[in-house]
Amino acid sequence: MRLAVLELRRKPLRFAVVGTALWLLTVLLLFLGGLLDGLYLGSTGVLRQQDAQLLTFSSDSRTSLIRSRIDVETRQQVEAVPGVADADGLGLALVGARVPDETEPANTAVVGYETATGSVPDPPAAGTAWADRSLEANGVSVGDVLEMGPQQVPLEVVGWIEDGNYLGQSGLWVDPATWRGILASSRPDSSLPEGTFQTLAVTVADGADPDEVAAAIDAATGGLTRTVDVEAAIGSIPGIDEQASTFNQIIGTTLLVAGVVVALFFALLTLERTRLYGVFKAIGASSRQIFASVLTQSLVITAVSFVLGTLFVELAALGIPPGAVPFQLEPARILSSLALLLVVATLGSVISLRRVTRIDPASAIG
Amino acid sequence: MSALVLNNVRKVYQSGEDHIVALDHASLTVGAEEILALVGPSGSGKTTLLSIAGGLLSPSEGEVLVGGEAITAYSAKQLTDFRRNSVGFVFQSVNLVPFLNARENLLVVAEFSKREKKAARERAERLLDELGLGHRMNNLPGQLSGGERQRVAIGRALMNEPALVLIDEPTSALDTKLGEQVMELIVGEVKARNTAAVIVTHDQRMTHYADRTVAITDGVLAA
Ligand SMILES: Nc1ncnc2c1ncn2[C@@H]1O[C@H](COP(=O)(O)OP(=O)(O)OP(=O)(O)O)[C@@H](O)[C@H]1O
Ligand SMILES: [Mg+2]
Repeated sequence: MRLAVLELRRKPLRFAVVGTALWLLTVLLLFLGGLLDGLYLGSTGVLRQQDAQLLTFSSDSRTSLIRSRIDVETRQQVEAVPGVADADGLGLALVGARVPDETEPANTAVVGYETATGSVPDPPAAGTAWADRSLEANGVSVGDVLEMGPQQVPLEVVGWIEDGNYLGQSGLWVDPATWRGILASSRPDSSLPEGTFQTLAVTVADGADPDEVAAAIDAATGGLTRTVDVEAAIGSIPGIDEQASTFNQIIGTTLLVAGVVVALFFALLTLERTRLYGVFKAIGASSRQIFASVLTQSLVITAVSFVLGTLFVELAALGIPPGAVPFQLEPARILSSLALLLVVATLGSVISLRRVTRIDPASAIG
Repeated sequence: MSALVLNNVRKVYQSGEDHIVALDHASLTVGAEEILALVGPSGSGKTTLLSIAGGLLSPSEGEVLVGGEAITAYSAKQLTDFRRNSVGFVFQSVNLVPFLNARENLLVVAEFSKREKKAARERAERLLDELGLGHRMNNLPGQLSGGERQRVAIGRALMNEPALVLIDEPTSALDTKLGEQVMELIVGEVKARNTAAVIVTHDQRMTHYADRTVAITDGVLAA
């Protein structure tokens, strides 16, 4: 509506307070959201890279990658289950790595895997690794030889991959034998025999129902395994769900505050404008047209504050040293935050609808 | 057909325990293209009568016909349409939109009635030209003199091409000379458009601009 926008342009200062509040709330929302996404993505990369639909753990492991053990025999049982197209071994070792010319060791997650999955290519040669690009922040370059664990097992970085981390530790993707070697040297008590993995990434055959296949696998192994879909496996990474629910509660509260700010501001503005709106009604405006202008103003202010807030957060994020904070601002987060704020601003404005409807055109006289 | 008919209109204001009879069995007919002056002392019910004729207030009793239509029976929505399309109102307190310039103050009317933009703009500029404000179109109300604001309000009342214009005290804030100029402008505009008008004034000297004068005292009309 032209009138509403004209007022915003002519009298921007009158909206400065609510605009600033919404700007701050946007910054808070995006910061929290970016932190949540950063934590989530940094914790789950290894699992999200899986093309497979199902993950098979040993049943005593409570679907923990670290505790789980799948031996050769179990693997053969799984592979024989109808509806299983492929079952690839997957293993993990959380190890400290010495980086050449750096004093601080890097926390890494060594991932042993068998075939290309997600955006990760087939395993490199024995003794070498694809490194997650986040290791750049630790001073790692391609060609560096890292010294893994207390026994300083050498591991050469031969290329970068993206988004391959686990529990906030930088991913080093290697072939199964290399992984087994590093695992044995860093934790002799948990060394695994050849052929044994921690979990199996199970690709379901075309047309088969993943839930049924999962149940069939666990039945075929006589209850020795517990097979879940990738999403459930992500949810059982320690802390992931708790983290998300804590952050989402704070995000929800922030949205609530934004709604209250918009509601209060426009309720007061409407009160202050009883006379002006009376004049509008006296010269032929309907309540609907007046409310549309209130709504337009609240949405425009919200959108403008949001854009400024987003720019601010993007700029501030450039100032965060890489690797210092697991902050990651995803386009989807920006869009969903904007959508939620617009919804909340709409709901906040609706508070003023009743008052607008009740304004008497006779209040224009006198 | 008469532009405005009031039949035994009564308006009682209720303020707490008190009842104030602002209009008492007022009956009045304004012919098409007639200019009627309504004179009376302060508090006599002039603004009340005008507001009832313009669909801003509903009477306590009686019937109001504008252009032959009984607006007393209208729903809220019909009254909105009526105010939007059929009457022009100049308020005693002028009431321009402070953050809009003179031209935009006229265009607000067109925005509410969803009139075609270009035609509305041309009409607004022609009206302001005729009212001697051709050079002030881009000024905000705060940058205009009292007489200029009064004229902008008159332009706004004429924007929707009403059959009836209701003007409350157009000259009270102006000195005699300026007051006469504004009256001449109003009469010129109203006559040129074959519109009927009721002009409220408490200044007897202004009545000769009207076709007819009606006096009101304590809510009672006297021809
Ligand atoms: N909203 C109201 N509530 C109660 N009484 C009112 C209200 N509006 C007007 N009145 C009373 O009704 C009477 C008529 O008022 P009105 O405004 O019509 O007078 P007026 O002739 O326009 O006066 P003026 O020349 O001062 O503008 C006055 O006694 C006034 O106090
Ligand atoms: Mg009055």
